Amino acid sequence: MTTTDDQSVGMDYLESFPRRFLRVYLPLGLIICFLLFPFYWMAIATFKPDAEMYDYEKYNPFWIVHPTFEHIKKLFFDTDYPLWMWNTVIVSVSSTFISLFASVCAAYAIERLRYKGSRYVGLAIFLGYLVPPSILFIPLAATVFQLGLFDGNLALILTYPTFLIPFCTWLLMGYFRTIPYELEECALIDGATRLQILMKITLPLSLPGVISAGIFAFTLSWNEFIYALTFISSSENKTIPVGAITELVNGDVYHWGALMAAALTGSVPVVILYSFFVEYYVSAMTGAVKE
Amino acid sequence: MAVMAESAVAQVKRSSMWTRAFESRNFLGAMFMVPAIAILILFLAYPLALGLWLGMTDTKIGGVGRYIGFGNFVSLAKDSVFWLSVFNTIFYTFAASIVKFAIGLYLALLLNERLPFKSMIRAIVLLPFVVPTVLSAIAFWWIYDSQFSIISWVLLKAGLITRYIDFLGDPWNARWSVVAANIWRGVPFVAITLLAGLQTISPSLYEAANLDGATNLQRFRHITLPMLSPIIAVVMTFSVLMTFTDFQLIYTITRGGPINATHLMATLSFQRAITGGNLGEGAAISNAMIPFLVAAILLSFFGLQRSRWQQGGRD
Repeated sequence: MTTTDDQSVGMDYLESFPRRFLRVYLPLGLIICFLLFPFYWMAIATFKPDAEMYDYEKYNPFWIVHPTFEHIKKLFFDTDYPLWMWNTVIVSVSSTFISLFASVCAAYAIERLRYKGSRYVGLAIFLGYLVPPSILFIPLAATVFQLGLFDGNLALILTYPTFLIPFCTWLLMGYFRTIPYELEECALIDGATRLQILMKITLPLSLPGVISAGIFAFTLSWNEFIYALTFISSSENKTIPVGAITELVNGDVYHWGALMAAALTGSVPVVILYSFFVEYYVSAMTGAVKE
Repeated sequence: MAVMAESAVAQVKRSSMWTRAFESRNFLGAMFMVPAIAILILFLAYPLALGLWLGMTDTKIGGVGRYIGFGNFVSLAKDSVFWLSVFNTIFYTFAASIVKFAIGLYLALLLNERLPFKSMIRAIVLLPFVVPTVLSAIAFWWIYDSQFSIISWVLLKAGLITRYIDFLGDPWNARWSVVAANIWRGVPFVAITLLAGLQTISPSLYEAANLDGATNLQRFRHITLPMLSPIIAVVMTFSVLMTFTDFQLIYTITRGGPINATHLMATLSFQRAITGGNLGEGAAISNAMIPFLVAAILLSFFGLQRSRWQQGGRD
């Protein structure tokens, strides 16, 4: 091998395959196996009968001999799981839409109306993004209790926007900034109101940004744990993550099969949604960091 | 005379239009801000202030608290469990962040290569970040089970160990186990955001370096790292922030055990405030996180941010 072939970015087709395999594909493959293994393990435990799950001598733990739907059936019919799923959907969808509405208005006002002090408000909203839920949950629990929202979906629907609005507003401000002023000026001269401009020009042009923010906000609220754990006490009001942790463990008896089934079925909806909107999701994630 | 009057009228007219436009813009702006500001004040700013106050009271769940000044902090200062949680939090943050950065940067560099099915690989890599943390933590809980751990089984079959490892029963094993789970969850975020940064580096820089005879290592050291450092600063700030305030992984996998060996400040504050009912003390623990957080943010942000000029801004 000569000394020049691997030194050029545009010329790595000259690199021999075994060398490239060792340098790129092998480490990449190992890291991907490490990243995917817990999902494989979750899926395989979901469909494994108890007899195989707790007997590694007779059965190879990496495979299933007699797949079963027993755990999923138990989860759906013997627990409140369908209710948790319903709560999670309601809470995620509502809090996402509330946050999107509030964020679109706020981002438009900060970026385009440029009222007095809008820069400072924008900065304050960004700082709000840095306040972690694990600092906020104790006083927020007190607030939720004072307002009489404790142990209900509304407690979550109204508190999730506290971490969604700063994020969505920040992301949308970046998108609105890319739309040329001239378009709005033309519309203003033609006599359009600000609301018409927002609805008919700015929003349609920044639709990718709105979708990105929406998808990301939805997955964040689906994943949320600490608020749901603190503000909800009765089983029928819980969300999937909280229900799985608190209701499927009886003292020292862990229902591993049902736990894994809950983990798998609770992840699948998010993953399906994500798989349709990967590009939007990535642009939301990286956009929030880049700005 | 007539001309002067006319121009004066025009001036008055213009200035009143200006002020009107300005007023209406401020008014409109305020109207547009109402939904966001209302929610953020009621559920973010107010609780934040309430938390600072709660930390100085002896409030219990269902009771009214008395102001006790720094009483909570004085008793926490003598509380060995609190100091253990501070140590755990710092250890957890450092160990996990360093490894996440190393693997994340390496993975980003690998993904920046010419690859078949590149976008699909990227989508798969991001999965651990997308899936609800608590649910993937359940899988880790099962992987770390003392009797049925698959890691122990494989190592035993390979002849590397003689009996099953007690992952979550021994303090240091438990600490490293939760760090590993955190790394698993955090690597995709670091890798994908750094990849986005890598893609903005102009190939012409590498071509110029090639012409000058730079080696792979030199190109990484003198082009990739400096061009990437602003985004590294932001990504690592976020990563440190998320790790320092982590709650879900610990609560799911160990609940702070064994003998408080994995309690983070966040899980300890939950245990004291919600499980134990001492809201005031829990709030004080939460508040004790704030100086650490601010320090971590300032350190990682300003420590790495100094090279603004690389993106065309001023130094």
